Amino acid sequence: MITTQTEFRTALLDPASPPPEGVRNPDGVQAIKRFDVYRNNVAVSLTDALGAAFPVVAKLVGDDFFRAMAGVYLRAHPPTSPVMMFYGEEMPEFLAGFGPAQSVPYLPDVARLELALRHSYHASDATPIAADALAQIAPDSLPQVTFAFAPSVYLIPSRYPLQSIWAANTSGGDIAKVAQPALVTRPEFDPMVDALTQEQAAVTQALIGGQPLGQALQSGDAGFDLGPLLGLLLSRNALISLKT
Amino acid sequence: MLDATRHPSLPNRPGVGYKAQHFNDIMKDAGPVGWLEIHAENYMGMGGRPLAQLRHLSEQFPFSVHGVGLSIGGEGRLDADHLARLKTLCDWLNPASFSEHLAWSTHESAFLNDLLPLPYTAATVTRVADHIDEVQSVLGRQMLLENPSSYLAFAESDMSETDFLSEIVTRTGCGLLLDVNNVFVSAVNLGYSPQGYIDDYPLNAVKEIHLGGHDEDEDETGAPMLIDSHGAEVVDPVWALLDYTLAKSGPKPLLIEWDTDVPEWSVLVEETKRADAALSVLA
Repeated sequence: MITTQTEFRTALLDPASPPPEGVRNPDGVQAIKRFDVYRNNVAVSLTDALGAAFPVVAKLVGDDFFRAMAGVYLRAHPPTSPVMMFYGEEMPEFLAGFGPAQSVPYLPDVARLELALRHSYHASDATPIAADALAQIAPDSLPQVTFAFAPSVYLIPSRYPLQSIWAANTSGGDIAKVAQPALVTRPEFDPMVDALTQEQAAVTQALIGGQPLGQALQSGDAGFDLGPLLGLLLSRNALISLKT
Repeated sequence: MLDATRHPSLPNRPGVGYKAQHFNDIMKDAGPVGWLEIHAENYMGMGGRPLAQLRHLSEQFPFSVHGVGLSIGGEGRLDADHLARLKTLCDWLNPASFSEHLAWSTHESAFLNDLLPLPYTAATVTRVADHIDEVQSVLGRQMLLENPSSYLAFAESDMSETDFLSEIVTRTGCGLLLDVNNVFVSAVNLGYSPQGYIDDYPLNAVKEIHLGGHDEDEDETGAPMLIDSHGAEVVDPVWALLDYTLAKSGPKPLLIEWDTDVPEWSVLVEETKRADAALSVLA
């Protein structure tokens, strides 16, 4: 009696199906509880991996809800790579379509932020530009300046106060009343999350997309003040080169 | 067979499975720890702290790269992308050893994040040997193959695990990673003598030994069932099985594996002192 890996895998992921016929206890009868060890290992290890990957999502919905939801997710989206550090890429879209999670409408944005934090943590190292690099540029050339961003930089758009929702559930603090798109940077080894205004996010998005500074500023209002955004990007080592 | 002499080997001393939270402790005082092992898949990012820590530690310690996701026993082809990632890591770190498991974990592109069991048959020998040939050829180095913790057997198996491993060594020239906790767990679970397993095992191919903790449970008939957890101290019968093995094999690199509920560094150091003592009585 041959047990195929298709048969084994199908039974592993479906708790309602019986174990494969060809698996045995030491006394020769079909293994039931022993097969459940593997079934349990798979479900628990993937659930734990998701819990470690999305701690704020888990905190927002509660542990029981999260583990039940993870059980649905891991069967719909088992990992497709042994590199588990990025497991959960489909979580934002999954949460957006998961009925029981609809009462927390910002969950997909939080999941996007938590994914970005992991990508940032493992991103390539890069050398930032000097804080005074822009001062070396002739003023009439500034509108033509384009920036390259560090590979660890991620911008998460949101119409919710995303940064302070995240902060309140990690280090504490109040949740803002305005939209806070989140900027993820990695000044050295530990990713950081900063709040942007919607305008700052639009300008940052344009700069990340390679638009020259003058053109990117048109994504903001007429009175948009570039100073605070540029100061933040420089202090977070987010910019790694500039061209005129 | 590959030329294994190009890379220095692991020392016959205790090592530990490296965890990032122990970085400062290790740099300050490593105790009897003479080498470190990493799970390859945790170091497949592009940069940041994990690779920076390895860069520092590798100046001081020989490394063992231990893969947990290659699915060497899989029915399908090896994942070429994953094998390429392993090669990138090994070429960069130049570890003293690379090892993987006698198990499968990926099937039809789904990775199940567990080491799943194989039937021991001639067909499985051929498949596993072909995959090991491919790994050794791509990596350009010998690999070590680790015996699994088993909870069940297959009706179709018609050879012992030790005969299976001997055949694999003969066909591929690979080395072996002997996990004595896995031997103990499988022996209790499947009802054979752990010492008898060691007697039948090709000890001359062993280049590393693993030690770890397990949990105790029982199956639906009330028979004892041990679960490999890597989350506790090594138990006395496993230390005794280590002594039994070392008396026959001579000194080997000994690894303390502790992957879940990872304790403080001092707890790991106590385990490595016990491993060190097991080695020193051989001298």
